[in-house]
Amino acid sequence: MKHTALFGSVTALALAASGAMAAEGDTLKEVKSRGVLNCGVNTGLIGFAAPDANGNWSGFDVAFCKAVAAAVLGDPAKVKYVPTTGQTRFTALSSGEVDLLARNSTWTFQRDTDLKLDFIGVNYYDGQGFMVRKDLGVSSAKELEGATICIQTGTTTELNLADYFKANNMTYQPVNIDSNAEGEQQYMAGACDAYTTDASGLAATRASFADPENHIILPEIISKEPLGPAVRHGDNNWGDIARWTLFALIAAEEYGVTSANIEELAKSSTNPEVQRLLGTTDELGKMIGLDAEWAKRAIKASGNYGEIFAATIGEQTPIGLARGLNAQWTQGGLMYAMPFR
Amino acid sequence: MVSYPGVDNPPFRWSMLIYDRRYRSLTLQAIVFILVMLLASWLIDNTLRNLSAMGKTLSFDFLFRRAGYDIPQQLIPYNSDDTHLRATVVGLLNTLLVSLLGCIAATIVGVVVGVLRLSSNWLIARLMTVYVEVFRNIPLLLWILVILAIFTEVMPPPNAYRGENPAASMILFDTIAPTNRYTAIPSLGMTNPPGTIALGREGISWAFVAYVAVIVLAFIGNRLLRTRAQRIQDATGKRPTTWWITLAMFAVPLLLLTWWFGLHLIPPVLRGFNFAEGINMDNALVVLWLALTLYTGAFIAEIVRAGILAVSRGQSEAAFALGLRPRRTMSLVILPQALRVIIPPLISQYLNLTKNSSLAIAVGYMDLRGTLGGTTLNQTGREMECMVLMMGIYLVLSLLISGGMNVFNSRVKLRER
Amino acid sequence: MSETHAQTVAYVRDTMLPPAPPPVTERGAIKWLRENLFSGPLNIVLTLIGLGILWLLVSTIGPWLSHSVWNANGMADCRKIIAETWGPDATGACFALIKHRWNQFVFGFYPAALYWRPVLAFGLLFLALAPVLFSESRRARRIVLALATVLSFAIALVLGAPMPALAGMALLMLAWAVLIEIRPAWALLASLVYPLLAVWLLWGGSLWSEIAVLAGFGIGFGVWRAGARFGLFAVAAAAVVAVLWWLFLAGPVAAALAGMLPLRLQPVSSDQFGGFVLSITIGVAGIALSLPLGIVLALARRSDLPVIKLLAVMFIEFIRGVPLITLLFVASLLLNYFLPPGTSFDIILRVIIMVTLFAAAYMAEVIRGGLAALPKGQYEAADALGLDYWKAQRLIVLPQALKISIPGIVSTFIGMFKDTTLVVFVGLFDPLKAMADTIRASFEWKGAYWEPYIFVGSIFFILCFGMSRYSMYLERRLKRDHR
Repeated sequence: MKHTALFGSVTALALAASGAMAAEGDTLKEVKSRGVLNCGVNTGLIGFAAPDANGNWSGFDVAFCKAVAAAVLGDPAKVKYVPTTGQTRFTALSSGEVDLLARNSTWTFQRDTDLKLDFIGVNYYDGQGFMVRKDLGVSSAKELEGATICIQTGTTTELNLADYFKANNMTYQPVNIDSNAEGEQQYMAGACDAYTTDASGLAATRASFADPENHIILPEIISKEPLGPAVRHGDNNWGDIARWTLFALIAAEEYGVTSANIEELAKSSTNPEVQRLLGTTDELGKMIGLDAEWAKRAIKASGNYGEIFAATIGEQTPIGLARGLNAQWTQGGLMYAMPFR
Repeated sequence: MVSYPGVDNPPFRWSMLIYDRRYRSLTLQAIVFILVMLLASWLIDNTLRNLSAMGKTLSFDFLFRRAGYDIPQQLIPYNSDDTHLRATVVGLLNTLLVSLLGCIAATIVGVVVGVLRLSSNWLIARLMTVYVEVFRNIPLLLWILVILAIFTEVMPPPNAYRGENPAASMILFDTIAPTNRYTAIPSLGMTNPPGTIALGREGISWAFVAYVAVIVLAFIGNRLLRTRAQRIQDATGKRPTTWWITLAMFAVPLLLLTWWFGLHLIPPVLRGFNFAEGINMDNALVVLWLALTLYTGAFIAEIVRAGILAVSRGQSEAAFALGLRPRRTMSLVILPQALRVIIPPLISQYLNLTKNSSLAIAVGYMDLRGTLGGTTLNQTGREMECMVLMMGIYLVLSLLISGGMNVFNSRVKLRER
Repeated sequence: MSETHAQTVAYVRDTMLPPAPPPVTERGAIKWLRENLFSGPLNIVLTLIGLGILWLLVSTIGPWLSHSVWNANGMADCRKIIAETWGPDATGACFALIKHRWNQFVFGFYPAALYWRPVLAFGLLFLALAPVLFSESRRARRIVLALATVLSFAIALVLGAPMPALAGMALLMLAWAVLIEIRPAWALLASLVYPLLAVWLLWGGSLWSEIAVLAGFGIGFGVWRAGARFGLFAVAAAAVVAVLWWLFLAGPVAAALAGMLPLRLQPVSSDQFGGFVLSITIGVAGIALSLPLGIVLALARRSDLPVIKLLAVMFIEFIRGVPLITLLFVASLLLNYFLPPGTSFDIILRVIIMVTLFAAAYMAEVIRGGLAALPKGQYEAADALGLDYWKAQRLIVLPQALKISIPGIVSTFIGMFKDTTLVVFVGLFDPLKAMADTIRASFEWKGAYWEPYIFVGSIFFILCFGMSRYSMYLERRLKRDHR
């Protein structure tokens, strides 16, 4: 009797906790009926996605989750953050555990095709760099012959590192680490001469040191790391929603729509592009299965792209990243939203 | 099924499948079998449907593609141009390496601690009890992390060995340098190398072959010597002294070989960022090894203690009465009997240690899970294939270990008549 | 003769001499030292080595511990305080981290206002277990009951549970404790209901869904009773009816009832679980589910039916042959592939399933040992009484075999509880690594390595050590019956 009793409770748990059984292949419907967006994020990378002492998530990637939740469900708080490791992230997406993966993942050919993911755009243009202690006397990555290098497993950086040293005919000793926290620990203790990861991650890590001035990030950027959110391959409508939410955030910055002036602009703006974006004229939202004000809600959630950047990883934050490549195309950067028409 | 001679079996009726105890068991088994098969086919069908919905097919081709990543600790040559298959083999060998080292060291620790726990020395017995309880009741993962932290935080970086007044100095006559990356130990060098046998990319040095041959020969010689000594003892009652012949049989050829090849130790030297020349034992390996040893050692100590206590007191009293000294009593009377109690649980501890070596993930040691189940899985996105392969390998490994140990167990087992 | 003698001897003592104290080397501390520490050259060496180890430990850890700081806002602050108080070179522990963030180690991201719910669930666990584990001694049981009740009430009070919750808690626990004392048989039933109650307390939501699940058992039981004379058919019918109820009716009925009378607790989603609440939830759920599964597997492995035996052996050996971590990866990476397309399980549930399967295989071996240890006469006696297989197992064999296996079961549980820390590798927030890493990732607590390990390690030690002591106590008690 006890045996069956416990099994029943599992069934109950399954029904209660999962919201179970959703239509195959229609993520939008599934998310709406569930009422919550499952968003895959990093297990903890300050600035991009990290929980605070109360378990509230914040960061650059988290802000995108919130924007999508606001667009689809009307409430930026209706997100369930699923922490994923470098190892489990793509499977979490392809197995349907998460609807959207916003976990600073690099867009590569193989991931886009063979791994059956769809990257919906780039929200951060990054590149892999090296951080070393100043007293090591190294000023270029080319001088790292024979060095011990800390590297996170399961990332593209691991492959880039191997390629870079091979191309330059140098040797190195990798120290494999599992998380950024562990990488910092090893690097700080001097267990590796250099720490390599995306330059943004290096900046975030360096900023958190007690003595950032004693560490330098070497000038070489050895790879292109376009980081972007990804969705499952095959559900084009859901992909469109995620893609255009991202574009809405970028376009909003371009047109000067901020979370502060958005209500006002929605009423009074004369710019036809802004009107279309905010759903004042034309109902673009209908074409992707949402209502007219989807983009307005998405922008209101945490502000436009520039606001999110400034609030989470920008120069005013401890992480202190400059916009660089991630400035608007009008400012000499690569952020370029497709026209809302 | 029981049948009685002389009693005619009644003709078969379908209802007998349920009501006749002879047939009911068959019915039951058939039903269970069908249910299990249905469950299995349901699972497989789901899997295939899920995979096809995602546009994935099951294929092991990826094993032959370029791996593209480096592995810090390797027993056979490997670089990033090699295939995933080779990376898997490197990982498997790393698993075997740490398991083997762990089993040996844990057995030593376990036996020593188990015996010391029964020591009449109050302090030592208490210390050992504390060790056993503390290690048994705290998760292995914590020990791995703590030992890792000790190694990275407390050991000096290689840089500390540099300069006129280094902050750290090498130990054991400047031959071993513990650092927070690896422990640099001397490597073996030969001034007169005899060449190697090429076997694909690996080579086996003739010197190695020569050493193995000499040792094997010496063992055989020693065996012959001892049978001869036994014969003489049986015939005359006096056993000729043989230990010096044995010693000579082992030592002389080995020394000769060493002299001939000019075998010597090459101490590690600091070059560039790191120590070179010597062998750098990766800290990931050392940490994992230590943690597995100390953790499993605590369990083995309990097994050893229980085994010794299981030998009845009369045995040791009888041995004392015969005039055996404590040490001879231990080795001739108590241990052989205790071994029978000790070995079965010891086997399962070895199995546990092997399986626990997969916690290498916490220190970044590239074992089977780190290569096949980690980076390869992640880079190729073939989770189904990788997981199936990895679990299969672990399963075979476990079955081999338990099979081998069971053979050993049946040899020391008490033959009851 | 005696008189002559008396005259020849000049002096005879006629009183007893007071006993002289033994020589200084044969008494008190010195004797003890000689016997226990310095009884021979080997022992002297060992003692010196032991003292050396002790000195090493104390001299490295001692100052660090004695320089500990309990009030600070961050590591930098901590280091400053240590440098000011004990000099610039002093190192010290910064237990302020624990003081600040202990709740995360214990409760994860569980909402702070609802901390009383896990506390109550954990306290009730002891009430549910008392009739099973502490049936041996009335005194031990009473102590456990009183401690569990008072402690969980006090903890909930300190954690700021609201008044109605406290009142409900007190009422429930007292009623339950009284039930155990006067109607042990009913208390056993209450123990069976406990898992559902715990699920409700931990995850919240409507109580009706749990009641609907429970009703499924009632319905199944009713069907079985109604058709009991059809034997196996009735069992099958009961199972089918119950499953149909759960699949199709339980949900709507629960919803309808909830509409009439909402019995709701604020829902807490699985991603808010972490720390020891997560570990204990997974551990307890795993053990509770694996026990019945383990019994079935053990019986199957000892069965005379070759097919069933073969299946059981294959399952057990497969599970025991692979590391738990690979099974967890199966839970996280593959389990969704095995289920119908579109089904998506909660990750905690998936982990519980895999942990259950893992523990069941070990449990089966423990129980098989218990079954084997039972004297053959018991089986023969059951046969002689004409009991059929299931009756014999239920009434004669299992009660005894399980009792013998309790120490083994407890140690399996300890092992599993320790292994729950591995869930960190599939992205759950275990107390040991994930929580520590999360806290260390924040700016103020960067670089705190030892303190979290010490804190979490001590809690693990207390829990596991307590359980192992309990199992030894049981072993001693049970020994009496069988030797």
